[in-house]
Amino acid sequence: MMDGSSPEPRDIASTCPYCGTGCGVLARTSAAGVTTVVGDPQHPTNFGRLCVKGAALGETVVPRGRLLHPAKRVAGALQRLSWPAALDEVADGFRRIIDRDGPDAVAWYVSGQLLTEDYYVANKLVKGFVGSANIDTNSRLCMSSAVAGHKRAFGEDIVPVSYDDLEQAELVVLVGSNTAWCHPILFQRLLKARERNPAMKLVVIDPRRTATSEMADLHLPVRPGTDVWLFNGLLSYLHQHGVIDTAFIEAHTSGFARTMAIADNTAGDLRSVAAACKLDPGVLTEFCRLFARSERVITAFSMGVNQSSSGTDKVNAIINCHLATGRIGKSGAGPFSITGQPNAMGGREVGGLSNMLAAHLDLEVAAHRALVQDFWQSPRIADKPGLKAVDLFDAIDAGIVKAVWIMATNPVVSLPDADKVKRALAKCELVVVSDVIADTDTTAFAHLLLPAQGWGEKDGTVTNSERCISRQRAFLPPIGEARPDWWALSEVARRWGHGAQFPYDAAHQIFDEHARLTRFGNRDDIAPRYLNLGGLVGLDQAGYDQLAPTRWPVLAGTDAPVPATDGAAPLQAFADGRYYTADRRARFVPTAPQAPAGRLDDDYPLVLNTGRVRDHWHTMTRTGLAPRLATHVAEPFVDLHPQDALLSGVREHALARVSSVHGSCVVRVRLSGEMPRNSVFVPIHWSGQFASDARVGKLVNPVVDPVSGEPEFKHTPVRVEPFSVAWHGFALSRDDHGAAAGASPLTAAAAWWTRITGDGYTRSELAGRRPDGDWSARARAMLGVVDPDADWLEYEDPTAGVFRAVHLVDGRIHACLFISPRPDLPSRAWLSSLFGKPQLDPGDRIGLLIGEPLAQGEDAGATVCSCFGIGRKTIEAAIRGGCATPAELGAQLKCGTNCGSCVPELKGLIAELRARQTTT
Amino acid sequence: MKPRLVVIGNGMSAIRTVEELLKLDGERYQITVFGAEPHGNYNRILLSPVLAGEKHFEDIVTHDRAWYARHGILLYAGNPVIGIDRARRVVTALDGLEVAYDRLLIATGSRPFIIPVPGHQLPGVIAFRDIHDVETMLEAARNHRHAVVIGGGLLGLEAANGLLRQGMTVSVVHVMDSLMERQLDKPAARLLKAALEKRGMRFLLEANTAEIVGDHRVTAVRFKDGSEVAADLVVMAVGIRPNIDLAKAAGLHVERAIVVDDTLQTATDPRIYAVGECVQHRKNVYGLVAPLWDQARVCAAHLAGLGHRRYRGSVTATRLKVTGIDLYSAGDFIGGPDSEDLVLRDPGRGVYKRLVLKGNLIIGVVMYGDVADGPWYFELMQTRRDIGSLRQRLLFGRAYCESQAA
Repeated sequence: MMDGSSPEPRDIASTCPYCGTGCGVLARTSAAGVTTVVGDPQHPTNFGRLCVKGAALGETVVPRGRLLHPAKRVAGALQRLSWPAALDEVADGFRRIIDRDGPDAVAWYVSGQLLTEDYYVANKLVKGFVGSANIDTNSRLCMSSAVAGHKRAFGEDIVPVSYDDLEQAELVVLVGSNTAWCHPILFQRLLKARERNPAMKLVVIDPRRTATSEMADLHLPVRPGTDVWLFNGLLSYLHQHGVIDTAFIEAHTSGFARTMAIADNTAGDLRSVAAACKLDPGVLTEFCRLFARSERVITAFSMGVNQSSSGTDKVNAIINCHLATGRIGKSGAGPFSITGQPNAMGGREVGGLSNMLAAHLDLEVAAHRALVQDFWQSPRIADKPGLKAVDLFDAIDAGIVKAVWIMATNPVVSLPDADKVKRALAKCELVVVSDVIADTDTTAFAHLLLPAQGWGEKDGTVTNSERCISRQRAFLPPIGEARPDWWALSEVARRWGHGAQFPYDAAHQIFDEHARLTRFGNRDDIAPRYLNLGGLVGLDQAGYDQLAPTRWPVLAGTDAPVPATDGAAPLQAFADGRYYTADRRARFVPTAPQAPAGRLDDDYPLVLNTGRVRDHWHTMTRTGLAPRLATHVAEPFVDLHPQDALLSGVREHALARVSSVHGSCVVRVRLSGEMPRNSVFVPIHWSGQFASDARVGKLVNPVVDPVSGEPEFKHTPVRVEPFSVAWHGFALSRDDHGAAAGASPLTAAAAWWTRITGDGYTRSELAGRRPDGDWSARARAMLGVVDPDADWLEYEDPTAGVFRAVHLVDGRIHACLFISPRPDLPSRAWLSSLFGKPQLDPGDRIGLLIGEPLAQGEDAGATVCSCFGIGRKTIEAAIRGGCATPAELGAQLKCGTNCGSCVPELKGLIAELRARQTTT
Repeated sequence: MKPRLVVIGNGMSAIRTVEELLKLDGERYQITVFGAEPHGNYNRILLSPVLAGEKHFEDIVTHDRAWYARHGILLYAGNPVIGIDRARRVVTALDGLEVAYDRLLIATGSRPFIIPVPGHQLPGVIAFRDIHDVETMLEAARNHRHAVVIGGGLLGLEAANGLLRQGMTVSVVHVMDSLMERQLDKPAARLLKAALEKRGMRFLLEANTAEIVGDHRVTAVRFKDGSEVAADLVVMAVGIRPNIDLAKAAGLHVERAIVVDDTLQTATDPRIYAVGECVQHRKNVYGLVAPLWDQARVCAAHLAGLGHRRYRGSVTATRLKVTGIDLYSAGDFIGGPDSEDLVLRDPGRGVYKRLVLKGNLIIGVVMYGDVADGPWYFELMQTRRDIGSLRQRLLFGRAYCESQAA
């Protein structure tokens, strides 16, 4: 405390902005402006726990890289604008194009990162006042297949399962979900539940061996894209073994017979299903038996199911099994879509997808349109679905859509065939980008840039995977001229003369309007919907500020309560057996198995699977700022089976080019042992800001699911080839050489690079093709050292092509560069640790060029536990010292005791060392 | 009566050979030693510390007259041999004494090279070879101010450092552009020059001495470009020449020095052996101490009649004996088109290391600032150890290499 008068720093409760788990956090900002974030013990999602990404949030709310004020690109250069001028430009630009080419010539591409209030205003503006449905979102890439599946089966996009249900289940089946890494806290809850109830079983269906499958009782390494065969097979098995709930089917569903016939036809025999899915028949049978005998079963799924050209069918194939057994609408049972983004659910609630209207009302239904237009008092209402994400950018490319406003997302990195997105934006007449970050691969194409408020500054609500609405609260002043997105949208509406319909001064007013719309016409005789926030109507600022995490529906006292049956909780969706289809029955959807769109051939013999890694999020605009998250996976990689590596001619740790017919990227080869034959995995996170050529989106087949429009991110035919370089290297520097991406002399010298933020330094991994030259001079140029008398250490072995240099300033390490013709460079761990030292120890200097301290034992190895920064070597030593379980390791080193997401790795290390001990 | 061994020369290699011989067979010969200097034997290498005032002459004497007496050796110090009559097997000393021999050991060493420029015989112009030169320099330091050392090699720098320590202003004149070019590569030489300049030494590089100026005593050194530098004392340290006049006169085969075989026997006369700086072995002439020790051991074995040792030449290592400056070099540190370098530079810590490799062998080493591992590299070089597997770690030192191997 600086002086007695400073106020005690106060904890502000908010919601984590990463995955769809939606954990509560407490944020505290010190007088010095340093924010720390801890788990909120009161929040019903996480009860105080946080994963490593959440725990590192404080490191991401920094001014670095932020977009501070509106700007316009004039002759290639950005010029600062005032907000009014910028909004005039946006309003006039869109108006001009709408007037000239009609409302469908403009589009919005928004994001599951938006708050519900932002989403609501964007959706209202576009569908009610522009009169187009050309507003789509990056949620299209994430869970639109789940939405479509829900709508087909239930008539409304309803996730019928809660986290509590997950803990009540006897069997949890995780399909296409690396929950341990992507939803760590949810996974921890699951594991804890299994600890309490050893009878509970966990089955993981995933082509890859993952941190999640490591913890499973049964792992089905299914062939990519064959989920429908698998679930049709299960349905047929259940039928054959009399596990069907005929009474439920008759009372509450339709379409069973036709669906059953197709399942029997396509997957009536487990042996052929096992062959189609490349599974051990014994393992498949065991799974079916487990499912058959578990009354309380939850099938939870995420991107492995959704991101497919038959994603919607996969979802329905899963739901069919639950409907057939009546295992839905009951505690501990049901199909469970786990969403990837913090507010994908909120976006769905307000209708922020191009084929939705608002508040779970349908665009295709005239009565619904009338209802919404009436509520909004809007001059028009979109009457046909707009363009879905992939189509939207195709339409821009084709010159049909001429203006786009992109909010809080980075499509140049994240969309399939991403180079096409680049080309499309390059020729688009007007590109407006609202973002928190100044330099992204997408802002590079903006004509107008609008600074958005970031997490910690903005104020509103998000909804997590279990329909729980939580507040994101501001605890920091907005940086620069950053404003809420809803404000910018409303200002444009005012400029178009709709000020009366966009009168908002604060987020709670928007939330109230949204809540009222969910209740509007929500009656059996008009437009019955499960989504109902009637009980939250009328919240004033104070009430909104105090809003505790709340699962919907939230009925007003005057609304008829949803009747509960069988003692189920009132929030148990479908507990009354009533669904939201026209006949109020759940629908079985026949699902004929379809192979993925891309066929393997001699040129492209491998299947590309994409996904997340544990410590990064989306395109790293946020996690890329957090040193704590930098080292778990420091580089983009391609993981493949050793046999496929051999056939492709690539070696572990070397670089490889992965190519599809759409594009290619260059990444590090990893042979983790987690991949099946013919499959490769590349993470989605590395953008042009963090790597020279690692945007995997470029490769992804832009084929989409015909119902949901969700692209097939998990199945693109590719080939892998060596990327030959003359040298490998890395640099650590206090200077942020990568800030201007390719423009830095460091990365310009390299044919390939990636960079990542460390604690007080930027780490760049480099590789180059020009072997010759005086490395000493080259290194100085690369690191920007001009003073010939700089404190500069170097080591060289010119014939071997080995070079190392370290630049010290005032006795502290300032930068270093290590070069070798092979990727056999020393560990970065110790050198990195020196950046945190106020002064080098005398012994350190001698180790600098070695890359490790001369005295042994200080290098902890690669970080395994990011929460406590425990390295692999430290853990190995403890295992050798007798620790035989992750719990014992945790007791000794603390590793794995916070977020727990490294526990599978700890188990792996224990097993590995034990195996090594028994073989030597 | 015992056979007679006559030793011409009373320097380090002569007496080391005698010592080795006594170890093998103390009774074999009647030994007579002739020396030019009027002392017992002293360690010439330590003249620099004497000049620098860090040691006294008594400290560097290795064999006093009592030692000779104790071993029954007849010493004629200050009475050099001036002729060898191989037919009669007799040597003749300056004072006319004649002594017959059965075996003769020539260890006349070398003498400093004095550039024959005008004025080189003026008083105040000396070499740096023996204790007498040191005494002259110490005397000059007491009475004069300006010293010029001609020669920026090992000896010249040691002399210059000593004179500096004795309070003189010292300029080192060197014909090359880099100091100690026979022991150091240019980066190391730059570090050395900077360190010596910091101590107050001045350098005139690429300077060709034209004349030494003075009437009764030296007053200046003049260069070919006409410039001059004041000098009350000029130390010539531009190199040494093997002392071979005697051998030549005796009709022994002499090229650059007295040619010997692997047993240190002269090529011409099987009764005559030679060791030290005056010999040429397999085309090499050595000016450093380590080869002398090897030669002495071999030669002594043959003199003792135990013909089992062979001298195959030496790889040499140098340390500069200037207190506070650590410098080590050995072998072929210049290298050639087929050699490879490992280099480490840390000027901030005053450290420079360079290893020259050929194939997987170390053939040369230069170290400055941190020379602790010099002997280890030297050992790897001498034992021709294959360093292929160590290469990536080698230059980071023995402790690191061994910790990694463990």
